[in-house]
Amino acid sequence: MKKIKTVKDLEKFRDAVLSSRNPDKPCITICSGTGCHAFGCERVTQGFRDALEMHGVSDTIDIRTTGCHGFCEKGPLVVLYPQKIFYHGVTPGDTAEIVSDTLLNDKIIDRLLYTDPETGEKIIKEEDVPFYRGQMRLIFGNNGKIDPEKIEDYLAIGGYSAICRVLSALSSSEVIDIIKKSGLRGRGGGGFPAGVKWESCRNAPGTARYVVCNADEGDPGAYMDRSLLEGNPHCVLEGMMIGAYAIGSNEGYIYVRNEYPLAVKNVGIAIDQLRKLGLLGENILNSGFNFDIKVSRGGGAFVCGESTALMASLEGQAGEPRAKHIHTVEKGLWDKPTNLNNVETWANVPLIINRGVEWYTSIGTEKSKGTKIFSLVGKVNNTGLVEVPMGMTIREIVYDIGGGIPEGNKFKAVQTGGPSGGCIPESLIDLPVDFDRLTEVGSMMGSGGMIVMDEKTCMVDIAKYFLNFLKEESCGKCTTCRDGIRRMYEILDGITKGEGKEGDIELLEDLSWVVSGASLCALGQTAPNPVMSTVKYFRDEYEAHIKEKRCPAGVCIALISYIIDDQKCTGCGKCVKVCPRSAVTGKKKMPHRIDPEICIRCGACLASCRFDAISVV
Amino acid sequence: MDTRSIDRILKKYNHEQSSIIGILQDLQEKENYLPEKSLEYISERLSMPLTRIYRIATFYNAFSLKPRGKYPVNVCLGTACHVRGAAMVLERIKMHLGIEVGEITKDNVFSLETVNCLGSCALGPVVVIGNEYHGKMTSAKVSSTIDQYRKDL
Repeated sequence: MKKIKTVKDLEKFRDAVLSSRNPDKPCITICSGTGCHAFGCERVTQGFRDALEMHGVSDTIDIRTTGCHGFCEKGPLVVLYPQKIFYHGVTPGDTAEIVSDTLLNDKIIDRLLYTDPETGEKIIKEEDVPFYRGQMRLIFGNNGKIDPEKIEDYLAIGGYSAICRVLSALSSSEVIDIIKKSGLRGRGGGGFPAGVKWESCRNAPGTARYVVCNADEGDPGAYMDRSLLEGNPHCVLEGMMIGAYAIGSNEGYIYVRNEYPLAVKNVGIAIDQLRKLGLLGENILNSGFNFDIKVSRGGGAFVCGESTALMASLEGQAGEPRAKHIHTVEKGLWDKPTNLNNVETWANVPLIINRGVEWYTSIGTEKSKGTKIFSLVGKVNNTGLVEVPMGMTIREIVYDIGGGIPEGNKFKAVQTGGPSGGCIPESLIDLPVDFDRLTEVGSMMGSGGMIVMDEKTCMVDIAKYFLNFLKEESCGKCTTCRDGIRRMYEILDGITKGEGKEGDIELLEDLSWVVSGASLCALGQTAPNPVMSTVKYFRDEYEAHIKEKRCPAGVCIALISYIIDDQKCTGCGKCVKVCPRSAVTGKKKMPHRIDPEICIRCGACLASCRFDAISVV
Repeated sequence: MDTRSIDRILKKYNHEQSSIIGILQDLQEKENYLPEKSLEYISERLSMPLTRIYRIATFYNAFSLKPRGKYPVNVCLGTACHVRGAAMVLERIKMHLGIEVGEITKDNVFSLETVNCLGSCALGPVVVIGNEYHGKMTSAKVSSTIDQYRKDL
């Protein structure tokens, strides 16, 4: 690769890329995000290669493996350009037919099209699928257009034009001013204004400064940062370059979870490409700006998402937070001024520079601008990643985009903000989602996990789940967090086992107050949120467990039993086969029964029954 | 212990103590766990107290001081997997393999671990065996999925 030394060189390179491409040339794009990988997209890609070769059209039809498209539920996803025909659940066996019928003979294959569950209508184009229609995919939408391993693809959609503009026409204070005016707030959880943070870091005394990208996406149930870094690493890198220039930093770090191997790989490839082209290194684009980025892999500790713990980990220490009397923008990594933003925040930066403050601030709510990517998961029909303008209501997200709750079950709550967040009940389903409104109702934005829960989700069990998570992840530095969370967990565990006592709820409330008030970092300070929000909105469920020894959702093993309905059971024997403890007995073609003494409530029989004869009481 | 391969790892990180997490990650990738002898060797070469290395190795969940199976079984217990029944799947796997979390089967084929979130939430519950992801797992599918790996031995 020839070095790109000036802005002119870059534009020449981009022109060469664009002129070598024909937008009307048919292209098969195959989603290769982690979700589609699990569904076997690699074999699908190979299937397409073989089919194109067989028909002798390898030169006239392109294949592009892209990052995550978001609609992970329906993978592997394939979009055929230029018509944008959307096929889902594609298997290697379908590929030959797609090539011969759709690509060579313009014949749409009905069975691979998405069917609108409400109208029964077959939908041809990706953008018309309800899941995508309600979204505003400013950042995430590019994932479907580029191969993350090819910098040419990013340049073809206008990539690195923001850094060109910044380096050739804007001073560092002008850049900071733009980010401040845009109202961009940190997408990692706290929602702190990014421009203000940048300015404090730049103004902090000292010569060396660092910019860090937090890709330690530890919130269980959130994976937008992973998909961005996997699918479009260059937009994150461009954002970091702009930030580094504005702050006056020459060295950047990406702290990424080791559980995300594809993200580690793709961001590594992207950095290598930039170095080879001279877009990272000395005197970038002849501007006098020097900058390089290193990738550091995390060790699987949730607390390392906290800024001071993350920096300790980058220094090769155990990730324990410290008191922040002095902020990390003044004394962070190796005691130097350090600016930390998360993946999605950095990805917003080039967009703001390219499209301007006025445009950006027209999206979102008064105090939360732009879009937010949520991972819409749990008990919802269309699970996946969705990007929507700030201020969209929970109802719109769950029902219009998410397609509602599976199996006709009733919506109960949505959990946002990960272990630091809370559960929002059905009564607040019309709440517009932005940073401040979520905090007002006792939850928080967090990094954007949105876990939908239905009537079969037990709220006490959910609170217990989060406290179990937090008790394992507490670094152990503060007594209130280390021991307080453990005690709260034990109380909740007792409640779910039918050992709850009068006064347990009040004791949980007292402990919550102590843990949140006397812990050093946000992990401890927010740890009681899952308990407090479920007690606030679902107190009746706690009381049913404690007073009636009953789990209304049918989840807590000690409080439920499985029974077989004589009328529905056909005696097919399937449940007998799957039961690991031989608790199910009965003669063939006669109704069976479950021995509650032997049954361990594993649910295998329930899952295997095709006649809906087994129920939980 | 293969000291040459450890030297190669140390060289990659310029013998920097601050890169200890990366060094241990590379070692674990190679050895499947962190052998005591190798940690002692690293301590010597980096002039870094062994206690500090152990502090790192025990603080971070990613590291294992015990050998892991040929196919580590990793059950995701993220929130999305949890609400879709991951706990039941885990129970079933424990029963099928006859081991608890953190243990290894007698034939050294499988070891069992849990992870907080794999970021594959749309496929939940997710179980990773070796490097392969198995989405939408149910307790009924556990035995056949695991036994497939035994057949492939």
